Amino acid sequence: MFDFKYRFQWRQVINNLPAMLDGAWITFYTALLSMVIGIVIALTLLSMRRSNNVALRSVAIGWVSVARNTPALLQIYFLYFGLGAFGATISSWAALLAGITFNNAGYLTENFRGGLRAVPETQTRAARSLGMTSFQAYTRVVIPQLLRIVFYPITNQMIWALLMTSLGVVVGLNNDLMGATKALTDLSYRTFEYFAVAAIIYYVLAKLTFGVARLAGWKLFSY
Amino acid sequence: MIEIQNVHKSFGDLEVVKGVTMNVNKGEVVSIIGGSGSGKSTLLMCINGLETIQRGSIRVDGIEVHAKGTNLDKLRRRIGIVFQQWNAFAHLTVLENVMLAPRLVLKLSRSEAEAVAVKQLKHVGLGDKLKVYPGRLSGGQQQRMAIARALAMSPDYMLFDEATSALDPQLVGEVLDTMRLLAEEGMTMILVTHEIKFAKEVSDRVAFFHKGVIHEIGSPDQVIGNPQKPETVQFLKSVL
Repeated sequence: MFDFKYRFQWRQVINNLPAMLDGAWITFYTALLSMVIGIVIALTLLSMRRSNNVALRSVAIGWVSVARNTPALLQIYFLYFGLGAFGATISSWAALLAGITFNNAGYLTENFRGGLRAVPETQTRAARSLGMTSFQAYTRVVIPQLLRIVFYPITNQMIWALLMTSLGVVVGLNNDLMGATKALTDLSYRTFEYFAVAAIIYYVLAKLTFGVARLAGWKLFSY
Repeated sequence: MIEIQNVHKSFGDLEVVKGVTMNVNKGEVVSIIGGSGSGKSTLLMCINGLETIQRGSIRVDGIEVHAKGTNLDKLRRRIGIVFQQWNAFAHLTVLENVMLAPRLVLKLSRSEAEAVAVKQLKHVGLGDKLKVYPGRLSGGQQQRMAIARALAMSPDYMLFDEATSALDPQLVGEVLDTMRLLAEEGMTMILVTHEIKFAKEVSDRVAFFHKGVIHEIGSPDQVIGNPQKPETVQFLKSVL
């Protein structure tokens, strides 16, 4: 009743592993870059969100709302094809990076907003009473303590970003882990083997990232 | 000199400070005593502009604190404040806590700031805790660190907002000793405090706050030793 005819061929997957690992590296640094930029934007959106200026606040609220309530896939599509329609062409990789960063910034802003409640208002008061400007108080006293509180959500977001870079394939990216794998399957039709290995690489990459983050968190926030 | 002229302060509809006038001269130690909600802490926050005022004026060395053009960041360098909740910066060591503002605000070099910080920490008896994070200190030690942090800016005035109220009883003494030391060194200080005995001992003048106004002000011997107003008598009876 279950006629299994498929013959696994792993040899050529092994032979092409270096290309896939090169892709994994691109996947990793794209995710990392999107996190670094995402965190900076999120901190900016957070202070905009808390400002008295209605325009600034609206921009921040709008950003968070769109990022969280529309599919990441569509966000990347819009950046690639949408911008293209206005004559502003960007590369597949840039569209992917921008899309994931847009998303990261939106989610992180909400995480940070929650975390900020755990940093007492009196910390800002103490900093201001020493003559620090509000910017100095925010960047030197509030943010470092905030980062400790939101370190786990940041790690989760990093892993999400790592996995979501696989969406680059929909806008033609062909050198990240998913893109490279897809290109290889197109040539060989060994879809199962390639995708299985790609999944394993994603898994290991995610686990490694989590482990390194844990170690870094332990080192950075041991106070 | 700090000149407080007919200051009014409200939170929404609730008027907390209802027309307070008093001067504090250079080198003077003035204690403000009174029940909870009498407006004494709020007045202190108004002096360095952490709170706004609705009416009246506060001048520090002739500078109008609540005028539009006043650079509060600059003014606050000269007015140290120590809070009831000591507000240690948890992510920095004791030394870094004290170095931060001299580095950022006074733009001192790392070594200069460190020298200032070490000096002030020794001053308050924390010379052996430089590399420790505040989380590992007792409340009294954290409060002394907060005093050193304020002193590192070389302020002309020190304001103490119930600096010992949140401490365990056995830790109050060490913080009061540090404050006494500053008073003896001639620092100009305004203390909002519930430590009546301490206020009597270190103050040049004592002000009794009641319902947002100064009910009685004078030498400690007068106000605490021989109060004239029934409210003052009543209050002192309840706390002594």
